[in-house]
Amino acid sequence: MFATTVSSGVVVLVGAVFLACAVEMVEALTIVFAVGHTRGWRSAFEGVVAAIVVLAALVAAFGPALVHIPLSTLRLIVGSVLLIFGMQWLRKAILRSSGFKAKHDEDAIYLETVAELKAAGQPVGRDRIAFVMAFKGVFLEGLEVVITVLTLGTSAHRLGLAATTAAVALVLVAIVGAIVAKQLSAVPENAMKMSVGILLVSYGTFWVGEGLKVSWPGNDGFLVFFVGLYTLVTWSLALVAKSAHNSTKTGVKA
Amino acid sequence: MSEEKSLAARLLKGFAMFWWDFLVGDTPELFIAVVGVLAVIAGIRGAGHNSVAVVVLPVLVILALTLSVRRSVAQAKKK
Repeated sequence: MFATTVSSGVVVLVGAVFLACAVEMVEALTIVFAVGHTRGWRSAFEGVVAAIVVLAALVAAFGPALVHIPLSTLRLIVGSVLLIFGMQWLRKAILRSSGFKAKHDEDAIYLETVAELKAAGQPVGRDRIAFVMAFKGVFLEGLEVVITVLTLGTSAHRLGLAATTAAVALVLVAIVGAIVAKQLSAVPENAMKMSVGILLVSYGTFWVGEGLKVSWPGNDGFLVFFVGLYTLVTWSLALVAKSAHNSTKTGVKA
Repeated sequence: MSEEKSLAARLLKGFAMFWWDFLVGDTPELFIAVVGVLAVIAGIRGAGHNSVAVVVLPVLVILALTLSVRRSVAQAKKK
């Protein structure tokens, strides 16, 4: 029984961290590829390394501090952040799947970035624009990875597992990106974001409850119930939104 | 000294802006909803009703998400 409840929590944790990191990595890679192909790989690579160093410094600064916060307080804060963040992801994913919002198009983002970089003209000496663009892309997407890993990892008391999962996701996406040498537009990003949203909201609900001293039936095993419940709700909301979108289109045509 | 101060102020402003965008952004209703959920569940737990909190917490989350999606759909239809 114990092994079952522990493993269900671990599975949800690994799934949430892996998918969140993979999605952010795809977005960062798109920008880095655009910079590298347009302005050369040296400055792009320097920007990536600089961003990783700053992110590592942030982890080193804030990671140990989080461990000292009492667990119930930490879970209440982290749970609240995950609830907000997860619902934001779910809302966007539902709007995208129903057609009310344009899907995240990595091809379009790639072309847009390339056009922006070409318009900036040829560099004289060091390519500051390429460096800043690659740095910003990796830093901003990486910051979300860092927040996800630190909050989920410390609250579940499994920071090592969360960090390892994130590293595996980042390396896997990097390898796939390097092999296909394009902007990973074939990745089903919206479905992944929807899954991440469901997992974050599940963890958020669970930890907000724990932080407020709610005793969940079956302890960690109740997380699986939340995943199922929120999957059903998301699917229903997406269906309703899609039918509203279709009726809007029909109304416009008529 | 003033340059240091302005750098610190800019960093602080950037940090605050990041968290504002991260937590509030274009969905202030979700931020407000979560604050409301915390207050309601704290009240229910304070009154000692654990099983009520177990049911009400996910129901409020679902309600918040539904209202937020509904608001976004209504906004998209207006455009």
